[in-house]
Amino acid sequence: MLSPGSGNTVIKSKLISRRMFLITAAKAVVMVGLVGRLISLQINQATKYKSLSDKNRFREWKLAPERGVIKDFFNKELASNEPLYQVHLIPENAKDLDNLFVRLKAILNISSKKVAYLKRVIKKQKPWEPIIVSENLDWSEFSKLNLFLHELEGVEPIVSVARTYPDNSSAHVLGYVSQISTKDLQTKKYLKEVAVPGMAIGKTGLERKLDEKIIGKVGYQRYEVNAYGKRIREIKVDTGQVGQSFKTTLDYEVQKFTNELLVDKAAAVCVMDVYNGDIVSLVSSPTFEPNAFVHGLDKNYWNSLIKDEKKPLANKALSGLYPPGSTIKTLVALSALENKIIRPLDTFRCKGKIELYGEKFHCWEKEGHGIVNLRKGIQRSCDVYFYEVARKLGVDRLAETAKRFGLGKKVLNDFIEERSGVVPNTKWKKKFIGQNWYLGETLHSGIGQGYFQSTPIQLCLMTAQIANGGFEIKPKILSNESNDNLRDYLKYKNENPNQPLPTDLLVSNFNLKPLFKNQEHINLIKDAMFSSSNEPGGTSYRHRMENPKFTFAGKTGSSQIKRFTEAQREAEVKQESLPYKDRDHALFVAFAPYKDPQYAISVLVEHGGSGGKAAAPIAKKVIKKVLERHELRRRVVKDSTGESV
Amino acid sequence: MLQPRSIQSKLGIRDKILSLDYVLVVAILVLGIISMFAMYSTDGGEFKYHTNSHILRFFVFFGMFFIVSFISIRFWHETSYIAYVVIFLLLLGVKYFGLTSSGSKRWLDLYFMNLQPSELMKVGLILFLAKYYHRISIESINSFRYLILPVTVLIAPIILVATQPDLGTSILIAAGGIVVAWLAGVRAKFFVFSGLSMIALLPIAISFLKPYQKSRILTFLNPERDPLGAGYQIIQSKIAIGSGGLFGKGFLNGSQSYLDYLPEKHTDFIFTLFSEEFGFFGSLFILLLYALIISRIVKIGNITRSNFGKLYCYSFATAFFLYVVVNMMMVLGLLPIVGSPLPIMSYGGSSMMAMMLGLGIAMSCKIYKDVPVN
Repeated sequence: MLSPGSGNTVIKSKLISRRMFLITAAKAVVMVGLVGRLISLQINQATKYKSLSDKNRFREWKLAPERGVIKDFFNKELASNEPLYQVHLIPENAKDLDNLFVRLKAILNISSKKVAYLKRVIKKQKPWEPIIVSENLDWSEFSKLNLFLHELEGVEPIVSVARTYPDNSSAHVLGYVSQISTKDLQTKKYLKEVAVPGMAIGKTGLERKLDEKIIGKVGYQRYEVNAYGKRIREIKVDTGQVGQSFKTTLDYEVQKFTNELLVDKAAAVCVMDVYNGDIVSLVSSPTFEPNAFVHGLDKNYWNSLIKDEKKPLANKALSGLYPPGSTIKTLVALSALENKIIRPLDTFRCKGKIELYGEKFHCWEKEGHGIVNLRKGIQRSCDVYFYEVARKLGVDRLAETAKRFGLGKKVLNDFIEERSGVVPNTKWKKKFIGQNWYLGETLHSGIGQGYFQSTPIQLCLMTAQIANGGFEIKPKILSNESNDNLRDYLKYKNENPNQPLPTDLLVSNFNLKPLFKNQEHINLIKDAMFSSSNEPGGTSYRHRMENPKFTFAGKTGSSQIKRFTEAQREAEVKQESLPYKDRDHALFVAFAPYKDPQYAISVLVEHGGSGGKAAAPIAKKVIKKVLERHELRRRVVKDSTGESV
Repeated sequence: MLQPRSIQSKLGIRDKILSLDYVLVVAILVLGIISMFAMYSTDGGEFKYHTNSHILRFFVFFGMFFIVSFISIRFWHETSYIAYVVIFLLLLGVKYFGLTSSGSKRWLDLYFMNLQPSELMKVGLILFLAKYYHRISIESINSFRYLILPVTVLIAPIILVATQPDLGTSILIAAGGIVVAWLAGVRAKFFVFSGLSMIALLPIAISFLKPYQKSRILTFLNPERDPLGAGYQIIQSKIAIGSGGLFGKGFLNGSQSYLDYLPEKHTDFIFTLFSEEFGFFGSLFILLLYALIISRIVKIGNITRSNFGKLYCYSFATAFFLYVVVNMMMVLGLLPIVGSPLPIMSYGGSSMMAMMLGLGIAMSCKIYKDVPVN
């Protein structure tokens, strides 16, 4: 059938060879193309692909650094760290998320609600970003998880450290930490480099103020991972750096003691060293549980904090604004003396009220105090006396003195929650209220009512600066620098009693800034405060301490919430019989010991009624506690300065 | 029709051994040994299943290669049609009794091995058409009547293979057949027309493609389209090859492969693994080795007397070239991932068997170069 002839074969063979030649040429072209591609990938773009390969190979897990510790003056840890067992999940490494969650639910006791929440979070973020499945496991749960780990692709057991506080006595001043929020990331620049998922950062108080330094340096673990994200081997670990630790001037024992005294009250206490401004105690009540914030707050607990009318979350010592009430009378008197408006023995007659342009101004003592001079005016806290003094003094001069002594501006910097209060004067009213000042308002200001607004720490500073003889001090809560110039000056003065230094030498030799024109005026005020606390008729006489070691000199005050109506005044309505919300805030400021002042204190009890009844007893107990620990405290100062020399 | 002929040749065993093309034999052996090292690396530097099995297969089929070469080219010429028919029946068998794995039915369970007849068809079709064009007269080649059979034997198996589905292999089988027709002298016009009608039919063909096949083509056009899905293989393969650089990461140090970033590293992506570990120079060496093998087969075609031998050697050499090039272009990101093994290097018994068979027949052309075939 098919019989190829031999000539045919030769022609065919030539045809085949010719066509093969074309194919061979085409092959050569393709081969060159392949080599070109290899050159392009392996030579020209090698660097790019090497880095891509490393990106495949290596994966880094950031490690949250350990927060620095916050200590009290005696090195007791007020905020420390404890080990924490967590479960993280990297969604991209998990093959089947739904299945994984079912397994995790069986092992870890997670609610369906939480699972739904986690799934939502996963959808929002990048697949390689870890999320925290469980914040805080106990050891038995954690070891159970590790047992099943090989079946749980994408799950990472993490051992880290978490903030812990010994108790809630310093909750307000220390603040609390909790998880970074999106807003934090946007507003706080320093977080950009240190943000690790689930890391707790300071939200209020010292934790917030110190956050940048106390966080530390973020560490990381670099692993070689396979295509499924499984860690094959550890390449490098950098544990990061523990954050800086801070020592404060606070005394934990006093904090605890004061906190117990204030239980159930809405109150604040501030204690300050009158010479170097060390804040020994700063307590606000009611307090809250700072440990509850570390691992995500329980909703019920949060609601109970928010709804409590005593406002447990507010640091009343720094951010509570109260009219200073009669405690301002010390400054009114001082201002009048310094401005030569009155002399100490000038007298006014108190008949229980005065009238000005038809308006009645009442003294708290309905019957009146009779003939009153400066000392008696402060001792009895006679309102009429101070109406008269203020009227003569004028609000602008009063405001000038009040500002000099620390009212109207923040005492500690960097606490975002701190408020500056108001020291009113004519300009202020024009600017903020848009009206002219009335003389009647000067009278109200003279007894610390009206527009006056102050924080307990301001009143404490005011008292301290009177107690130390009228020198400016800079209150501080971090025990980083020891500035005891004022004590050095006093020591020098005691050793050279006949050579009191002129003012300019004080400034240059001891770097002191006197707040007075004549120190005698300061001493007059101190003496008047002594009489108020220690002589019959004084407003806090009932709570005096006779042991000279503890004797204090103070001034009561009450800041009005509602003005009494004439009817109430006639009926002699007592504060105790008013509804809680309508009662006056009770205030008391003092310094002690009177002979050798060391500490100033301010006590505020919201709706406590009168300062003498509600605030002074608390001050008395705290003063005693602080003075009992005074020797200990000075020893720490001596030891530390001895070491540093 | 087929007259019984003696398959005994006049050549003695000694002559046969002496007339082997030793360059080709050594090139195959070197490639085989390299493939063993590569396989050892895919097993993570241990003698595990793939390595052991690959080594065994290589030597078994390398032995078969010699046996095939020592059998006269006349025998291969005479059994061409039967061989084609047998392989075609096996393909039909796959359709009804085949083993299914990852969504496609390609294998027959022969108890001692899983046979993939489509691999054998790569050689079978070439054999059939070489014989066919060897036998018809030069005038008949371009007559329509004589085009019917070649087109039928070309299309029947590729439809069977494409519906397994195994697009890559069916295209490569077709390519082998087209090469034979081209070499035999079928007019260029014919190829142009059928090419054009193919393009015209393309939209219809696409509608028959499985979703994964469509996605592969789209992914090839833009690998970043879905970097964690279909584009993953191309991207990871390019990363592996590119990161190999000039000298490679070193034997057993291919991080892309041992950390499982590389898919199908035993089979389709074996070149990627090798290239990652041995770099540009290693890749170039492999490329040259293949070029050497191909050029030796072409050389055999040049010296063999029969047109059957010439057609077979040229066609097989070209098909072999296409297998290599398609695989490499695929892993280098120049072609869509169609799934085609790299001859001899890739893991896979049927492919190894088909290639050794093909090479053996080429070698038989060398040994029996002067034996006339009618």
